[in-house]
Amino acid sequence: MATDAAPTTEGRRRNARLQCGAMTTSIFGSAVLRTEDPRFLTGAARYVDDIPAPGALRAVFVRSMMAHARLSRLDASGAARMPGVVGVYGAGDLPLRPRPPAGNVEGPFERPVLARDRVRYVGEPIALVLAETLAQAEDAAEVVEVELDPLEPVISPEGALAEGAPVLHPEAGTNLAHAFEEAWDEDVLDGAEVVARVRVRHQRLAPAPMEPNAILAVPGDGGLTVWVSTQVPFDVRDELAEWLDLPKELVRVIAPDVGGGFGSKLHVYPEYLACAAAALRLGRPVKWVETRSESMLGLNHGRAQVHDVELGATRDGRLVGLRVDILADLGAYPIAAYLPPTTRTMLPGCYVVPRVASRGRSVVTSTTPVAEYRGAGRPEATLSIERAMDVLADELGMDPVELRRRNLIPPDAFPYRTPVGSIYDTGAYERALDEALRLVGYEELRREQAERRARGERRALGVGVCCYVEVTGFSRREFGAVEVEPDGRVVVRVGTSSHGQGHETAFAQIAAWVLGVPVERVRVLHSDTAAVPRGEGTFGSRSLQVGGTAVHEAASAVLAKARAVAAHLLEAAVEDVDLLPEGRVGVRGAPERSLTWEELAAAARDPARLPGSLEPGLAAEARPSQREYTYPFGTHVSVVEVDLETGEVTILRHVSVDDCGRILNPMLVRGQVHGGTAQGLAQALYEEMLYDEWGTPLTGNLAAYAIPAATELPAYESAHTETPTDLNPLGVKGIGESATIGSTPAVHNAVVDALSHLGVRHLDLPLTPERVLRAVREAGPA
Amino acid sequence: MLPSRFEYHRAETLDEALSLLATYGEDAKVLAGGQSLIPMMKLRFAYPGHLVDVNRVPGLDGIEERDGALRIGALVRHHALETSELIRSRYPTIAAAAPQIADPLVRNLGTIGGSIAHADPAGDLASVMLALGATVVLRSSGGSRELPLREFLVDTFTTQIRPDEMLTEIVVPAAEPSSGGTYLKQERKVGDWATVGVAVALTLRDGRIARAGIGLTSVGLTNLEATEAEEALAGAEPTDEAFAEAARLAAAAAHPVSDVRGSAEYKRHVVDVYVRRGLARAREMAAA
Repeated sequence: MATDAAPTTEGRRRNARLQCGAMTTSIFGSAVLRTEDPRFLTGAARYVDDIPAPGALRAVFVRSMMAHARLSRLDASGAARMPGVVGVYGAGDLPLRPRPPAGNVEGPFERPVLARDRVRYVGEPIALVLAETLAQAEDAAEVVEVELDPLEPVISPEGALAEGAPVLHPEAGTNLAHAFEEAWDEDVLDGAEVVARVRVRHQRLAPAPMEPNAILAVPGDGGLTVWVSTQVPFDVRDELAEWLDLPKELVRVIAPDVGGGFGSKLHVYPEYLACAAAALRLGRPVKWVETRSESMLGLNHGRAQVHDVELGATRDGRLVGLRVDILADLGAYPIAAYLPPTTRTMLPGCYVVPRVASRGRSVVTSTTPVAEYRGAGRPEATLSIERAMDVLADELGMDPVELRRRNLIPPDAFPYRTPVGSIYDTGAYERALDEALRLVGYEELRREQAERRARGERRALGVGVCCYVEVTGFSRREFGAVEVEPDGRVVVRVGTSSHGQGHETAFAQIAAWVLGVPVERVRVLHSDTAAVPRGEGTFGSRSLQVGGTAVHEAASAVLAKARAVAAHLLEAAVEDVDLLPEGRVGVRGAPERSLTWEELAAAARDPARLPGSLEPGLAAEARPSQREYTYPFGTHVSVVEVDLETGEVTILRHVSVDDCGRILNPMLVRGQVHGGTAQGLAQALYEEMLYDEWGTPLTGNLAAYAIPAATELPAYESAHTETPTDLNPLGVKGIGESATIGSTPAVHNAVVDALSHLGVRHLDLPLTPERVLRAVREAGPA
Repeated sequence: MLPSRFEYHRAETLDEALSLLATYGEDAKVLAGGQSLIPMMKLRFAYPGHLVDVNRVPGLDGIEERDGALRIGALVRHHALETSELIRSRYPTIAAAAPQIADPLVRNLGTIGGSIAHADPAGDLASVMLALGATVVLRSSGGSRELPLREFLVDTFTTQIRPDEMLTEIVVPAAEPSSGGTYLKQERKVGDWATVGVAVALTLRDGRIARAGIGLTSVGLTNLEATEAEEALAGAEPTDEAFAEAARLAAAAAHPVSDVRGSAEYKRHVVDVYVRRGLARAREMAAA
């Protein structure tokens, strides 16, 4: 249980120790400096736009300016005559099959690659312009004539289900794309003496990664080589092959350095298919890089759920039941309708809730499709239960911390099966809560709050607590391979796809630990379908637990083989041969009888020097499957100040105690926590994608959509408890999304808490000054 | 995100710049810091055929007091205002606003002349200069003229400037003793357009208000001068009640529109609060 160590010098010391191959120390807890960072810090990183592409055509998409309209005419003749233009393609010119819906949706909610006869959101691609230069392509795109006959848009999820609402996909006959019910007819609040009711709006967010979407498709040898800014290169490979009728082995997909994804780069976008098809047709490389304004509408959005929450309890604060009605806005095409069901699996949060009823309805609207965004379904569950807990505490006249304590799942209850069927692996929820309260000085803050209120101060103090548990490790199988090269260097191949997380460091640490070599001697290959035979990609905080486990297993197999080879060559029993402290493999207690990795690699290549049963080479592959998901947890506490005259909110402190099982590299964990907290606080106070009544985005660029920066954000106080999981040999859980999930409700609760003495019980996000002030005024004087 | 085609001219002298403007007229734009013009060109909201780069023109970057006035050259960067000892010691309204303009990257390049000539009502400096009663100097090949800023500003992105003219200088009445001032701004985040900004300048004499200036940002078609509030304060005692009344008048003078930053009603309310707070702060400084 320790707060973050100072990063740099400590990290360097540990790096140095690892270089000595000091195997007596576990690799866990070593803040090894990120091996990726020199190239990022010196500008040597290569993103798609940096890949040299001699002779590449530049692609620009003509997009819909209307939310819902009939596409009555597309005339590219003028554009086609513009200087440098090589091709202008509409749906009729690029015969690509539409894409089926995904994520539990049955039926005809197909998505065309380029709009055919109808557009369903502002930003939907209609035509593709290809020219010798980007300027020429942009000039030509301006003169492509598109005639749209406006149809009534569907802006809100409530509107999608309204009587007489326009149907966006006539062939489906309804805007309801997916629905589920669980115990919906049961009176799960039976026996409750108090019921808290709250409508929680999880506003629509734009993931807005630093690097927008991009692809470079280079045809050749009957196939394609593609560089693309994605989290899932293997999915891109498979779908390009399928849609373009190419054998998979003729499609190579590389995700070079990727400037963030946050879930938005989990999909195979229509633009990829259009650019790849055009490259094949023209026999020339095609490069497309989104502008920021395009990206805000082109990359999938996140969240966009509305929950009606009812939480019942006895007078003494024992939870009785929870009922949640979920209405989810999927945008124009249902590509991730599994998200509301994911939310369902986490509805009761960290608490013993005897009965849970839920219903989910997911609808299409004439807006950008909604899909995964950091947390993807779990932040919605957490915010709803954590808001409901505070409202309930208010109704009961109980401190919100006390209410939580009375209902937290106790540490001896794990593995714990929740009424919605999730099996929480391990947890020590109250320990994380205690630690967060200790760090923030909870009692002291409550005293200060009372004093300020007594003095009638203009700046109200608020403290908000969020206890969260989330689920990680989706797609439980992953590929890892480890090979010792003749010079003793180690190559790791892994099917996850780092796009900022620092996998090259983390996986090198694991291989270095197992094999007793310096981290610097390990090279990690990923995100290239020609270098790695298979993989799932990176999402859902899965990479260390499934990818790391695969690397660990492969490295362990290599070590086992190395011991067998060494035993054979040294004429010793395998049981007596082990990894020695100097990074050699040899006889325990007799260091003179040992071999270096170079010697072992050389021997392993020579069948004559191997024991009969072994194949040549010092390499192994693994593809383990994790039995179940893991459940990281923690507590975030936010301290805010609210100006009661203007509604302005200042976050004074944000304390987090996140438990992601064993910590491999504290520096990587800190990076995830800090970035995740920033995005969570942003949801609480700043971000929202808004549309007007015509379905025109009001926040379609970064001038309108507010993303906070360092100036707006507090210094994070992040700490950890470590409760290992037994579901993987490393004992690790995911950390990529935890802080996003934990931080939003803490700030939300803190702001409401600051106003609770005025009678305020709930506010919608984001907590803009105006919204806060309105609540203050409506509540009236204290 | 590429501008449409244009021709680039680099002027080495003011005369050369003015002669280029005379030649190309409406089709030319002056390029100084480029912090608004270039993004507008990249978004293709603006497509001038000619850019006249004046960054190398000498003599336009001075900050000095001369003949009873503070004279600020059009090419003075926001960062220079922010770090000027003269500004810091004698012009608190400018000193308070300068570090609040956008972010350091913008302040390193953006110029006061560009900010004012661009006439975006969300610009901070025009409100400050209205509060201080500034005038602007406009030069052309044919000569020069000086206009009060409040007359210069006509509409959003529209001023009295003629196509052959260039704004070369801002002239502010020299600071008087017993003065104070500040700039209060609500912005969602650093670098965002202001939700509301309020510039306040106050001079006290013999226990009364000798002069009050109030400029408003982002609450009208141009930066606004709250003249009724100013007049109500002139000659009055600097009491909380007088400030509250001035704040009420300033809020009434504001004509904000509802947008993603807030409703018109909310913005007017913030004007009210900020004018009160700004005047109280200015009074403290003037009394110190």
